[in-house]
Amino acid sequence: VRRPSRRLTWKIATHVMLAPFLVFALFPFYHMVLTSLKTDRELYDRESVPLLIRQGATLEHYTKLLWDTAFVTWTKNSLLVTALATALSLVIGTIAAYALARLRFFAVGGFGTGIFVTYLVPTSLLFLPLAQVVHWLGLADSKWALVVTYPTFLVPFCTWLLMGYFRTVPKEVEECAMVDGATRIQALTRIVLPIAVPGLVCAALFAFTLSWNEFIYALTFTSSSDQITASVGVTSELIRGDIYFWGSLMAGAVLGSVPIVILYVFFLDYYVSGLTAGALK
Amino acid sequence: VAVGSARVVPIVARAGLRTRVRELLDRERFLGPAFVAPAVLLIALLVAYPFCMALYFALSNAFIGRPSHFIGIQNFVALWDSDAFRQTFQNAFVFTGAAVGLKLVLGMALALLLAQQLWFKRLIRGAVLLPWVIPTALSTLGWWWMFNSLYSVVNWTGISLGLLDPPGPNWLGQKYYAMSAVVAVNVWRGLPFFAITILAGLVSIPRELYEAAEADGAGPVARFWYVTLPLLRPVLAIVVLFSTIFTFSDFNIVYVLTHGGPINSTHLFATLSRQIGLESGRIGEGAAISLYLFPVLAFVVYAQLKFVRKEAY
Repeated sequence: VRRPSRRLTWKIATHVMLAPFLVFALFPFYHMVLTSLKTDRELYDRESVPLLIRQGATLEHYTKLLWDTAFVTWTKNSLLVTALATALSLVIGTIAAYALARLRFFAVGGFGTGIFVTYLVPTSLLFLPLAQVVHWLGLADSKWALVVTYPTFLVPFCTWLLMGYFRTVPKEVEECAMVDGATRIQALTRIVLPIAVPGLVCAALFAFTLSWNEFIYALTFTSSSDQITASVGVTSELIRGDIYFWGSLMAGAVLGSVPIVILYVFFLDYYVSGLTAGALK
Repeated sequence: VAVGSARVVPIVARAGLRTRVRELLDRERFLGPAFVAPAVLLIALLVAYPFCMALYFALSNAFIGRPSHFIGIQNFVALWDSDAFRQTFQNAFVFTGAAVGLKLVLGMALALLLAQQLWFKRLIRGAVLLPWVIPTALSTLGWWWMFNSLYSVVNWTGISLGLLDPPGPNWLGQKYYAMSAVVAVNVWRGLPFFAITILAGLVSIPRELYEAAEADGAGPVARFWYVTLPLLRPVLAIVVLFSTIFTFSDFNIVYVLTHGGPINSTHLFATLSRQIGLESGRIGEGAAISLYLFPVLAFVVYAQLKFVRKEAY
């Protein structure tokens, strides 16, 4: 029953109040991109305005990063580790979630609780002993150590997320198929999984993001330049002694985020729903 | 006859085996454990077992490349003689308290704003969520540069707006400023999780309740206090519990931004544990430090199981 003009005023006020939050969220990215495009002369000129590029943009930091450092190798390692760990975790998580959400068997509730508790264990609690386990497995200083260890936090996450999705598929649909002669496995692959595709996409996206962003395991289990991931490479190899190459450093931070930003732009709604599902289901 | 039966038997056995496998796969009591087995095996080998190892390390004088001996709880006790550890213990609570508190208050405000009628709704939500999806180690590098002692854009802006006296604080070189900087970056990264989750909770509150409250003469503040807050309580509890555990055990931000410095004033359990356990090689002590995370983890798990799972089942 409000008058339209009052409604419009309120709407404008809301946007004005949102502005500081948006500046807070986006400014670091703006500044990172800006720094990576500035010439060194302007970057280290204390009289210049840090919020703008006045003396011309340059791609020299990017070319230096791509040709003079092993950045391309680090990115390839990140892609390999992330793709394999995501695929592996998705398969293990899907079948475990289906069993925990649908089947009745010995101690099913106990397994469910165990998965949930594991989901809450922070990676920083176990990295020391895991380094030892990695060493015993003969994977010390190898990117394969990451393929093996990342599922420890991805599988609980995927399982937990997918259990929620599988529960929303009506049991009757599956039972109908089984009355018509389908086996359980067929009911899973032909009925339940197609319905749960949004959940699978969501789990895959989050698993990809979580492993791309993982830092402490990658930093602890790998150290050679040909084994490390993009995050570790940029934060450790580009910083030598006390001289920082801020332009290349920011270029590395920008390029290292590109795969996630691409996924993010295409699948924003999945990120929003997965974020709340992870906490609420 | 003997030859004939020898030829027949394997075919029968094979057909029997195939139907038996098919039947087994159809039986929940077999299929269930089979489907859960890979996940359980993985967790047993790479989570439960390392956890036991951490317990053993913490109770021993383990050092990189040397045989270790059982020494009881000496590590846990000896840590209290270390200034670095006592400082870290205090930091962990200051950091977690300040960061989670700020994220809760700001996240609530942001969620309330996002729940209003907006132009470019998708675009705004996308922008708000962005800090949460970008690799933390890399975005923290951006903050590191923003807090640089010579070229800090934070100081430049503050001085230009007349909020700071030139030359402005050396953010990462002074004790309290360094802690504020670390908290600020954690809030920046964690705020989207709070805002988006609380927003989901807000949207699920039935509109009729607000209309009824308005009909009874409740103003916006009263409606927030008596309708929104009580109904959001479960969501808020979950978000705070989740965030507490992951803020308390944070590693990336402190490692990239300050390395725990200046003089241990921003060390958290995870960063100190890495420094002592890996960089100095005293694995036993390092493991004992990370196990100080355990009581908080145990509390959060208990609270989650008690409040959250009750609703799920």
